[in-house]
Amino acid sequence: MTDTATATTRFGGLTTTREESAWQGPDEAPPEEPAAEDKPERAREIIFELAGVEVQYSGVTAVTGVTIEIAANEITAFIGPSGCGKTTVLRSLNRMHDITPGAEVLGKVTYHGQDLYGSKVDPAEVRRRIGMVFQKPNPFPKSVYDNVAYGPRINGTKRSEIDDRVERALNQAALWDEVHGKLRKSALALSGGQQQRLCIARCLAVEPDVILMDEPCSALDPIATARIEDLMDELKNQYTIVIVTHNMQQAARVSDRTAFFTAEVDDAGHRRGRLIEYDVTETIFTHPSDPRTEGYITGRFG
Amino acid sequence: MSATPVSLTQSARKGRRELKNVVATTLIVGSFLVALIPLTFIVIYVFQRGASILSWSFLTEDLPFSNRREGGGIYPAIIGTLVITGAATAMAVPLGILGGIYLNEYGGPGIFARIVRFLADVMTGVPSIVMGLFIYTIWVLPRKQSGLSGFAGALALGCLMLPIVIRTTEEILKLVPDELREGSYALGTRKAQTIRRVVFPSAAPGIISGALLGIARVAGETAPLLFTIGVVSVANFNVFEGSNTALPPQIYTNANTFGGFDAAQDRAWGMALALILIVFLFTLIARIVTTIYTRRSTAV
Repeated sequence: MTDTATATTRFGGLTTTREESAWQGPDEAPPEEPAAEDKPERAREIIFELAGVEVQYSGVTAVTGVTIEIAANEITAFIGPSGCGKTTVLRSLNRMHDITPGAEVLGKVTYHGQDLYGSKVDPAEVRRRIGMVFQKPNPFPKSVYDNVAYGPRINGTKRSEIDDRVERALNQAALWDEVHGKLRKSALALSGGQQQRLCIARCLAVEPDVILMDEPCSALDPIATARIEDLMDELKNQYTIVIVTHNMQQAARVSDRTAFFTAEVDDAGHRRGRLIEYDVTETIFTHPSDPRTEGYITGRFG
Repeated sequence: MSATPVSLTQSARKGRRELKNVVATTLIVGSFLVALIPLTFIVIYVFQRGASILSWSFLTEDLPFSNRREGGGIYPAIIGTLVITGAATAMAVPLGILGGIYLNEYGGPGIFARIVRFLADVMTGVPSIVMGLFIYTIWVLPRKQSGLSGFAGALALGCLMLPIVIRTTEEILKLVPDELREGSYALGTRKAQTIRRVVFPSAAPGIISGALLGIARVAGETAPLLFTIGVVSVANFNVFEGSNTALPPQIYTNANTFGGFDAAQDRAWGMALALILIVFLFTLIARIVTTIYTRRSTAV
């Protein structure tokens, strides 16, 4: 059986025709892949634990009942219809809600066993370790170089090391070849796909442990999307990635585990998001245990 | 001609719509021209009357001892205008920019910020002569004769400038998209760093325009200087000590000289032209600096 055929059966009709299937099942991992050996050893190191997380905006619950564990060096996808709270949960992982007036995170979020919302925790330090890439590419109105160098400079990286750091980050983000001749040009002159990869490079330059991606490809064309998906696949060896996506095929292609959220309307008419199911991506897309998940992935609603 | 089921030609309403368009366009162009007329006339007239007086010696000589004498120059008034406006700018612009940053980035909808915003708006509405009287009362009077100085004038002008700078800074900062702030925070930066390195540089051209607006506004103010700076006929570079003079009050006194004394009238026109040129030159320089600064920081 070829990879493609495997993928097709696995996704039960939600075909992915890309040869490099995002996850490696034990049977299809190429023997020469080093990751296969140490896989059992470092398998499933849980870094995020969310227990009964609920996020409120000005006292109104936006999403509730989120209990999941996120493992290192995996790609975890959040899927679900609009307004189901995927982005809200994502932003609770690096305390981005702190800067939204009226937002409050209830329940417990731990990162490497530490309460992320503990009183002594410094949100800036949290965000330095847990970076974020946004839905809309948001490069600063500075040069390409200054965009990538921004994080290292702020964090006190030595002047002499910044050039290296910038080059490395741009290489990791698969952008170096396209921009190395125009590092002094404005980042705003790049194309949308390049801008998004620049934002990824900007995030990588800080050398975080986790990268949160909030629909990073929704503003991009399929070619730019494919590049960023390839990139995620490479990055997961070094980083933990959590991605919010509207695109189910994308979740199926790139992620190891998938959390499905949906929105429900209570008696008072408030719309709130809820986590329905969280499992290995393969299971979510082939044997979901909840009928709502099945309904969503087969396109019956949402 | 065969009847077609789908008509792509314009309907009967076309005529009315086009008429509206023509009327609106005419009104807009007309208003523009009407607004242009006084401006053009002022500039042309001031040039006509002032250009013949303007000369190197006019710009560099001391003021005549009395307005009723012929000859002399306007050098002390130019220096006075420069140092007084400069001192006012040095006080009001930094404070105003910081105030604007506070209102937009820290205060937000809070009660203290709302009070500051309200007071700034009230301050904008205070007539300039009242501001002059205010400074006269709290600064000049307690100091008797030594109270009259360029600094007292600068205080009055600064008070006029401050609310303009605060409010324009706040409005410009509102235009900086939150995505940029979030992008910066997501890299582990603190609020102050984000404001200094991302928010402020993005807004700098607009903020500088706002400051310029304030400077240009006060550079031509007469009333607040009339009873705060005194009068001298030789240049006084010291803002803090001794009486001073400036172009606007000199224009006022010369133009008002009893009996329409020709030499004083001419001097007033010359000073008016010099004032216009100074403000224009200053705006031009600030624009060039802003453009270079923006080019460098955005490197388009």
